[in-house]
Amino acid sequence: MEALELARWQFGITTVYHYFFVPITIGLSLLVAILQTAWMRTRNPEWLRLTKFFGKLFTINFALGLVTGIVQEFQFGMNWSDYSRFVGDIFGAPLAIEALLAFFLESTFLGLWIFGWGRIPEKLHLACMWLIHLGTVLSAYFILAANSFMQHPVGYYNNPETGRAELVDFWAVMTNPVQLVTFPHVMTAALMTGGGFMLAIALWHVWRQRTPDSEQPMYRKAATIGAIAVLVGGLGTAISGDLQGKVMTEVQPMKMAAAEGLYDTVPEGVGAPFSIITVGTLDGTEEVWALTVPKLLSYLSTGTLDGGVEGINDLQADYQVTYAGNELTEMEDYRPIIPVTYWTFRLMMGFGFAAMGIAALALLWLWKGKEMRHRFWYWSAIAVMFLPLLANSWGWIFTEMGRQPWVVFGLMGTHTGVSPGTTTAEVATTMIGFTLLYGVLAVIEVGLILRYTRAGAPEYDGESLDPRDRADDEPFVFSY
Amino acid sequence: MELTTIWFILIAVLWIGYFVLEGFDFGVGALFPVLGRSTQEQDGETRKRVMLSTIGPVWDGNEVWLLTAGGAMFAAFPHWYATLFSGFYLPLFIILVALIVRALGFDYRGKVDSDVWRQRWDWCIFLGSVIPAVLWGVAFTNIVRGVPIDADMEYTGGFFTLLNPLALLGGLVFLGVFVTHGAMFLALKTDGPIRHDARALAVRVGVVAAVLAVVWLAIIHTDTGTALSWVVAGLAAVALLAALAKARQGSEGWAFTGTFVAIALAVASLFIALFPDVMPSSTDPAFSLTTTNASSTDYTLMIMTWVAVLFVPIVLLYTSFTYWTFRKRISGHHIPAVDTPEDETVVTPQS
Repeated sequence: MEALELARWQFGITTVYHYFFVPITIGLSLLVAILQTAWMRTRNPEWLRLTKFFGKLFTINFALGLVTGIVQEFQFGMNWSDYSRFVGDIFGAPLAIEALLAFFLESTFLGLWIFGWGRIPEKLHLACMWLIHLGTVLSAYFILAANSFMQHPVGYYNNPETGRAELVDFWAVMTNPVQLVTFPHVMTAALMTGGGFMLAIALWHVWRQRTPDSEQPMYRKAATIGAIAVLVGGLGTAISGDLQGKVMTEVQPMKMAAAEGLYDTVPEGVGAPFSIITVGTLDGTEEVWALTVPKLLSYLSTGTLDGGVEGINDLQADYQVTYAGNELTEMEDYRPIIPVTYWTFRLMMGFGFAAMGIAALALLWLWKGKEMRHRFWYWSAIAVMFLPLLANSWGWIFTEMGRQPWVVFGLMGTHTGVSPGTTTAEVATTMIGFTLLYGVLAVIEVGLILRYTRAGAPEYDGESLDPRDRADDEPFVFSY
Repeated sequence: MELTTIWFILIAVLWIGYFVLEGFDFGVGALFPVLGRSTQEQDGETRKRVMLSTIGPVWDGNEVWLLTAGGAMFAAFPHWYATLFSGFYLPLFIILVALIVRALGFDYRGKVDSDVWRQRWDWCIFLGSVIPAVLWGVAFTNIVRGVPIDADMEYTGGFFTLLNPLALLGGLVFLGVFVTHGAMFLALKTDGPIRHDARALAVRVGVVAAVLAVVWLAIIHTDTGTALSWVVAGLAAVALLAALAKARQGSEGWAFTGTFVAIALAVASLFIALFPDVMPSSTDPAFSLTTTNASSTDYTLMIMTWVAVLFVPIVLLYTSFTYWTFRKRISGHHIPAVDTPEDETVVTPQS
C-alpha cells in the first residue's frame, strides 16, 4: 500500500473509533443533566444515585473521546497537508472556533463537575453539566459545518492565483443546506446513542437477579428515560434523514445513486424504485437482479412519487466531461465503491430501526410494570447498547465513502490532498501505532465500563452536598 | 496593525498560554516518581493522590490551549499548519501518543483498586509528561532556528534532522523549566510534607534549568534575535532567578508567579525572534514561510478576530473561576479512602 491508501485507512480507523465516544458524550451529557435536574427538583435520592452512576460512566467515556479528538485535529496537517493548504482558509476557522467555544467549555466545566461535588454550590454544579452539554452541541455544530463544506462547498472562491479555495461568505458556510439537515440528524442520532447506552445499562440491572429488588424502581426509571431517548432520537433521526436524502440527491446525486445501486437514470414521470437488495456485476457497472419497492426512491430523493433520479453511469459520463482538464478534479472514475455505499446505507437504517424496536418493546414492558427477567432482555440490553453506535458508524462510513473520490466535492480529489513529503513508512508507523494503541484502550475502556456497570449506582448515605455544610479539613467527596 | 501580525501575536499568546498552564501539569507528572515516593511521614500513594488532586480539575482545560493553538494556526496560517504538522510528523505522533496515555492515566488510575493497575498508569503519567515536554522544546528550537524547507513549502528533512544538539538542549530546557514550574505549583497548592519537599526540589532543579535556559536562549538570540527579543529573553531569565530566590525565602505565591512569567517571556522571545517568519527555511531564506505568504485571507482573519475578541475574554473568565474555586491547599487529610467497585469476577486467593 502507498502513503495515500494508508493515510485514508488511518483517517477511517481513527475517525470511526473517535466517533464511538462522541455520540455517547453528546447524548449522555444531556441525560445526566436531566437526572441531576430531577434530583435537585425532587430530592429523591434515586436521582442522585443515578446521576453519580451515569456521571461516572460518562467521564470514563469522555476521557477517550477527548484524547482521540486531539489526534483528529492534528491529522489534517500530518497526513493531509495539501488538503489543509487548499481549504485552510475556510476549513480551519470552524475548527479553531470549535476549540475556543466548545472544548474550553467542556473541559473546564467537566473539571468543575467532577471535582466540584460538595465543593461548589449545588445549583452551580448542576449548571456545569448543562454547560458541558452545550459545549458538545456547539462542538458538533462547527465540526459538522466543516464537514458539510467537504460534501457541498459553499461561500468560497476558487482562487487560481493562490491555488486554493478562499472564504467569501462565512455565514453561507455556517448555514450550508447540507449542514442544516446534517446537524439535526447527527444530534438526534447522538440522543439515540446516549439513550441506548443508558437503556442498556439500566435494563441489564432490571434483568439481573443479583440486583436487589429494592433497586428495581430506580433502574426501571433510568431504563424508561433511556428508552424514551432512543425513540425520540430515533424518530428525529428518521425525519432529518429523510430531509437529508433530498438535499443529498440535489447536491451529491452520485452518492444517492450509489446508495441505491441505481445504475441507469430513471427519467421524470416514471418513478424510481427503492432497492431492498440489488445484485450488480462484479465491475459494478450493471444491475443483474433487484428486489425493490416501487416509486419509493423517487419519494425519498425528491418528495414526489415520479420524480427523476440520476443513475451512476450517466453521472460518471457527465463528470468525466465536467471535471476534465484540472489536475485537482480530473479522475478516471467518479464512482464511490458501490457495495460499500449500498450496504452501509442499509445497515445504518436497519440498525437504527432495530434499536427503536427494542426500545419500544422495553418501554411497553416498563410502563406495564411487567418483570423483565427473561434472557431476552439480557440480549436486548446488549443489542440496544451497540445498535445505535454501529448505526452511527455505518452512517458516517456511508457519507464519507459516498463522497469519494472527492475530498471536497467537485473541487479536490482525495488523492491530491495527501501530504506529499510524508513517506509510506512514516504513515505506516503512525497507522499501526494508533491502531494498536486504540485496540488496547478499547479493552481497558470496556473493562472499566463493565466494572462500574456491575457495581451499580453508588449508595447515598444522606450526607449533604452543600459546601456550606462541609468543613475545610474534611476529605473531598471526590479526588483522583 | 496588519491582521496577519495580529494573528501571529494571538497564536503566540495561545502557545504561551499552553506552556505556562500545561507546563506545570507536565512538571507535576514528571515529578510523580520523585515526590510521589513514600517517606517516613507519608505513604507514597497518598502523596501521589495529593499531587494529582492539585491538577485534577484543571489539566484538561490546560490542554485545550494546545488544541486552540493548533486550530488557530490551521485557520490563520494554513501553510504554517500544513508544513509544520506534516514536517514534524513523527515527533508529533509521539507527542499525541504521550498525551493520550497521560490523560487516561489521570482519569483511569484511581478507577481500579490494584497496585499493578496504578503502577502502569503511573508510568503513563510520568512518560506522558516528560516526553512531550522534551519534544515541544525540540520542536520550538527547530521552528525558530529554521529547518530545510523547499520552494513548495514542504519540509525536506527527516526525523533525525530535528534531533540536533541545540534542539535537544531546548528539550532539556523545556523539561527542566516545566519541572521547576510544576514543583513551584505543588509547593503553592499543597500542605504538609509535599509542600516542603516540592519547594526544596524546585530550587535545586531550577538552578540547573536556569543555567541551561540562559545558554540556550543566548545561542538562539545570537543567531536570530533582535534587540527586543534579547530584552524579553533577558527579562525571562531575571524572572526565573527571582522565582528561585522567592522560593528559597518561602514565598510560594511569588515563586510560582516567577516561573509563570519566566516561561511566558521566554516563549514570547522565541516568537519575537521568529517574526515576520513563521517557519524559516534553512535551505534558502527565499523559501521561508512568513506571516504574509502562509496566511489566510483578510476576510477569514477578520471573522476569526471577531470570534476571538468576543470569546477569549469569556474563556479567561471561567478559566479563572475554576482556579479560584480550587484555590485552597490540598493535603493528605483531604484525600478520601479508595472507592472503587470490587472485582466480582476475579477471586484472588489470600494466603
